[in-house]
Amino acid sequence: MKTRYRLFSLFCWACALLPAIGVIGLVVFLLRQGWGGLGLELFFGDTPPLDAIFRFAPVWDGIWPACFGTLAVTALAALTAIPLGLFCGIYLNEFPRGRFSGILDFCVNLLAGMPSILMGLFGFALILFLRHTLAPEAGTGLLLSGFCMGLLVLPYMIKSTQSSLGGLPEDLRLMGAGLGFSQSQTIRYILLPSAGRGIMSGVVLSIGRAAEDTAVIMLTGAVANAGLPRGLFDNYEALPFFIYTVAAEYQSPEELQHGFGAALVLLALTMGLFLAAHGLHHAMEKRWKRG
Amino acid sequence: MHRTADRRTGSVWLPACRFSAAVTGAAVLAILLFLLWFSLPLLDADTLSKLLSWEWRPFQGGFGILPMVAGSLLLSLSALLLAFPVSVGICCFAHGMGPSGPAAYLLRLVKFMTSVPTVVYGFVGVFVLVPLLREAFRSGSGFCWLAAAVGLAVLILPTIVLMLHSQFMLIEPQVTLTAAALGMSPAQRLLHLVIPISGRGFAAALVLGFGRALGDTMIPLMLAGNAAQVPGSLLESLRTMTAHIALVVATDSQSLAYLSLFACGLILFLSTTLVNLGLQLLKRSGEDNG
Repeated sequence: MKTRYRLFSLFCWACALLPAIGVIGLVVFLLRQGWGGLGLELFFGDTPPLDAIFRFAPVWDGIWPACFGTLAVTALAALTAIPLGLFCGIYLNEFPRGRFSGILDFCVNLLAGMPSILMGLFGFALILFLRHTLAPEAGTGLLLSGFCMGLLVLPYMIKSTQSSLGGLPEDLRLMGAGLGFSQSQTIRYILLPSAGRGIMSGVVLSIGRAAEDTAVIMLTGAVANAGLPRGLFDNYEALPFFIYTVAAEYQSPEELQHGFGAALVLLALTMGLFLAAHGLHHAMEKRWKRG
Repeated sequence: MHRTADRRTGSVWLPACRFSAAVTGAAVLAILLFLLWFSLPLLDADTLSKLLSWEWRPFQGGFGILPMVAGSLLLSLSALLLAFPVSVGICCFAHGMGPSGPAAYLLRLVKFMTSVPTVVYGFVGVFVLVPLLREAFRSGSGFCWLAAAVGLAVLILPTIVLMLHSQFMLIEPQVTLTAAALGMSPAQRLLHLVIPISGRGFAAALVLGFGRALGDTMIPLMLAGNAAQVPGSLLESLRTMTAHIALVVATDSQSLAYLSLFACGLILFLSTTLVNLGLQLLKRSGEDNG
């Protein structure tokens, strides 16, 4: 009997060590391989950085176009998902009447569980559909990717808005009623400001998710060596897609070096966003636990 | 004054909320309709029999997707088999088997793992795991079922751990006093009380982990080698439905190849819907009993 508990304890310790070794190993490996290549040349190659950023000078051997593409897709996704998600979350939490709320809740859960490749396939199908009907020259591009990515992160945004509003103490709603506020005024002037940090944490989390996803952009317009996109309908490069192509078909040690650099940059980006979201979430919980 | 302000804010908020809700619902509906619309040609018996075969040789007219269906199932289940015991171990460590300081750090680390991009896991897998397997087994290229299963296990680990953790958090307060009164050690408490009564949480974690594993694209695409075959051993290559979609979009343009892609999409959609319904059922039965 005694040995059984011993073994169980040993097993738990071993399991606990695994993620620690894994994560530390991953970060150390990336740092060792990628650290030497970090620098302005990694981003801009031979092009002067300021020209590349402000005058859209072409960058031939740097990851700046990929960074730019990722920023653009993420921004478009945020533009789609944040307003929609915010209002949808408010609707689900504050106006929960009627059968539609139930259906919507089911839809949001469905959307949340959907693999990202399906969102990409949806975008791809959308283009095929447009080609056959309204716009024969429709093609994949930045706008399509941004829209599909927005749909992908929409459930995160809705859920975090919903849970931030739901976690607020009941007193706040009573306070609104006590002040003679209408429900809309209570939402606007009392509930939203109180839930601000929680909602912000959802926003940051959604942005992180949009920045790292690869399957969606792969099917909707990310290509290798596109350079900077010339417009919203143009194909583009993106960091996650660049990392994937390097792993699949790198030609030279320099390209591999860029791959490691890009992986480090992407990891640092999502890590930073994760820490920010975590901090905001914590602050929100702390604030309302006491009150 | 009060009235006008009321009307003004009132006139914006509720319609905006209704509009957003409608758009979200419409988007989900649109995704479903598009998938169905593009899968309509499947209703033809001849086409269907072509797609439901074990041969994928697009240049010789073989468009079977069954190897991909099998690949997805095999890979997700094996990843689950690897990740689940480890997750249980981690959760037990965090709930009494380990010292409380490291336990808190461990949970934070696992939460952090959710923020590591999938493509970075895949990238590191290509340059660490694959060469390791190639050296260790001295067969093939290293891009195989085993490599993808390990990578996928790492990816779904946090999902499972966090689900189990929240279940343990619900149960602990109910049993802590009893366990202390009976003089149980942490190991006894976990093995004889907490684990036996978290059946529903275990089931939910398994279902959730399976759904996550089934839906992931990048790990199988980068690590599994993508040969459209049913692997004979852990060291052979396989292709999942998700990877198939990504690969076909990138290369082919024949109509049956496209159709195979939407067939895979439809199967994926149906399975994730089933996973979702399963989770909802588990949740509801939990609420009824609790």
